Amino acid sequence: MSRSDVLVDTDWVEAHLDDPGLVLVEVDEDVSAYDKGHIRGAVKIDWKTELQDPVRRDFVDRTGFEQLLSSKGIANDDLVILYGGNNNWFAAYAYWYFKLYGHDRVKLLDGGRKKWELDSRELVTDVPTRPATEYTAKDQDLSIRAFRDEVVDAIGKQNLIDVRSPDEFSGKLLAPAHLPQEQSQRAGHVPTAASIPWSKAANDDGTFKSDEELRALYTEAGVDLGKDTIAYCRIGERSSHTWFALRELLGLENVKNYDGSWTEYGSLVGVPIELGAGK
Amino acid sequence: MTQGCAAPEQTAHLPATVDLNNEAVIQGTVTRDGAPVSSAYARLLDSSGEFTAEVVTGEEGVFRFFAADGDWTVRVLAAGGVSVDTGVTAKTGEVAGLEVTI
Repeated sequence: MSRSDVLVDTDWVEAHLDDPGLVLVEVDEDVSAYDKGHIRGAVKIDWKTELQDPVRRDFVDRTGFEQLLSSKGIANDDLVILYGGNNNWFAAYAYWYFKLYGHDRVKLLDGGRKKWELDSRELVTDVPTRPATEYTAKDQDLSIRAFRDEVVDAIGKQNLIDVRSPDEFSGKLLAPAHLPQEQSQRAGHVPTAASIPWSKAANDDGTFKSDEELRALYTEAGVDLGKDTIAYCRIGERSSHTWFALRELLGLENVKNYDGSWTEYGSLVGVPIELGAGK
Repeated sequence: MTQGCAAPEQTAHLPATVDLNNEAVIQGTVTRDGAPVSSAYARLLDSSGEFTAEVVTGEEGVFRFFAADGDWTVRVLAAGGVSVDTGVTAKTGEVAGLEVTI
């Protein structure tokens, strides 16, 4: 897999805005960002209300995903270009989610909304009308999703990568620093996890670093690229970004995203936890 | 009050549900020629220069972080290659205020 198979840049998007069979999809942490202005023709997916089951603590199921994409006017053979704010946190999460349900024609806009804005490119408020489709999803591809028991079993055996900020890893903070401190019952990290903040994989403008820089980043932090890997953060969005770097850019085959992440692990009874700066 | 990881609105007033006694808040305003700048990017760097969080300034040019106690740097990015660093110290129970001019 090459970088161009999974990433497009802002120039490419601007040149292909009117391509048939291409759908731009914005997914932001700040779910009001799209309404204030978005790339022309883009549709919005609200990660909180549309990607999460409103009752059960989990994703929408296969039927729910089919209904969502049908309602957005996305067909099975459409090329979906995802982008979003906060350096593509939730766009990367949505990318992983699309892959989970078997949509392979999907790419990320490198740098996401921030790169587009820093380039001073056009944003519009017109919302496109797309006729509904009859989208068919596949069963979840569990080769890219880790669950809590796998994480506990992976301690000391597989690569565990904690991609949160250093203060979250050490236990000083329970949440990213732009959020009030809430959520899990305990602070800290999974024993034997390497601390490699997601941000190290990105440049200031939100674009991904080069393959060479990424490979050096992970190997110098002690990650054995020949071993199975699980990445986690707090709720699975920042670790989607790292999962993308490892699997989609570096081409590692067995990389899973633990979407339960610290919100789940830090509230489990009886699992081992480490505090401190670690490695 | 935000839940999960939804981005909190960047406004001048702390949300009523935030208990300041348990938070070390870094809050500031970005201005250009005396006017607030919305849609600038404020990122929080720890004492080693590591990225910790980033927000987009709201309509009043406001950004806010809930940090750990200690020394931090706020880096403001904006279109046109603007990048301005400002040092700040956070302490639980206090709001450290910043005025950033770009």
